[in-house]
Amino acid sequence: MSIIEQTGTPSAQAGLSEATAGDFIALLKPRVMSLVVFTAFVGLMAAPVPFHPLFAFISVLSIAVGAGASGALNMWYDADIDRLMSRTARRPVPAGRMMAGEALGFGLVLSFLSVMTLGLLVNWLAGSLLAFTIFFYAVVYTMWLKRSTPQNIVIGGAAGAFPPMVGWAAATGSVSLESVILFAIIFLWTPPHFWALALFKSGDYGRAGIPMMPNVAGEASTRRQIFVYALIVAPIGVAPWLLGYVSAGYGVVAAALGAGFVYYAWGVLRMASDDRVMKPAKQLFGYSLIYLFGIFAAYLADVMVARALAVGAF
Amino acid sequence: MPGDNNQFDETVKLTEKQRKARRSRSIAIAVGLAILVVIFYVATLAKMGPGLFNRPL
Repeated sequence: MSIIEQTGTPSAQAGLSEATAGDFIALLKPRVMSLVVFTAFVGLMAAPVPFHPLFAFISVLSIAVGAGASGALNMWYDADIDRLMSRTARRPVPAGRMMAGEALGFGLVLSFLSVMTLGLLVNWLAGSLLAFTIFFYAVVYTMWLKRSTPQNIVIGGAAGAFPPMVGWAAATGSVSLESVILFAIIFLWTPPHFWALALFKSGDYGRAGIPMMPNVAGEASTRRQIFVYALIVAPIGVAPWLLGYVSAGYGVVAAALGAGFVYYAWGVLRMASDDRVMKPAKQLFGYSLIYLFGIFAAYLADVMVARALAVGAF
Repeated sequence: MPGDNNQFDETVKLTEKQRKARRSRSIAIAVGLAILVVIFYVATLAKMGPGLFNRPL
């Protein structure tokens, strides 16, 4: 058998990738993942049952990888519109460093591995919830809602709200009111957080044809809706104390953080219609991240202190 | 096929950038698989406890 070696075939024709490991890590949306890891960890730690640290670590890792996988699937599907927006144009697929199929394959493999790992090693309720979260973000939000309705991030926000519930389910094997409240805090926080961003990035979303609230209902209506959501999320943040399963210390911190949220949302509501700099919207966007981190950090601290005191009492 | 003298085996010359990217991907896959193996090994030991090796041969 003779083999004739033909060298010099253009690599692009051969479909060769220039994507590095760093590009694949970028597909996981590390910044979003860090919030997912933190909220899932709080959900897991808040559970009133002993949980082996190894399985706690495996749970958080699986949830993080599952969240990253849904991010990769999102970047595969949305490459066409990501290319049109300044915020997302440098992502690996729209920037041309990676082929769309690579992102799809990566997302599917990580989805499978994360769900199977959580299901086999921890419990299948948590594994099923993680699978549903990935499905909800990749299919319900990305493929269906995002391009079809201005309520996209209202409903799609559920995907980002599931991690503490998955963490709780991993520890307890069940879903209870406490985890539903943690879900509700993130779910109701999502619309004002993203609409604040959509206000000062409405040009981007408009170019990409994504029906975000400011592009469809107008800025004035969006500002009003942001304020209404702020009025709802502030008391929901205090609910764990009102329901009596965390201390007044958490309640005070949550109330202060909620008051800050309403204050910044009020600033957005009062923003002039011809304001193109939109400083209040940018401030609210930044504050909303502090709010969510603060609420969950306060919750975690409260749980840890209560646990330490309980141990000290014996 | 054996005896087929007309078979072509087309190879592609990688650019330096592609070679580096492929190496970085290969290392990442190896690290990822190693982590997965360690997790399943340690978790199996932790789940089954010291009784894992205590079985009739």
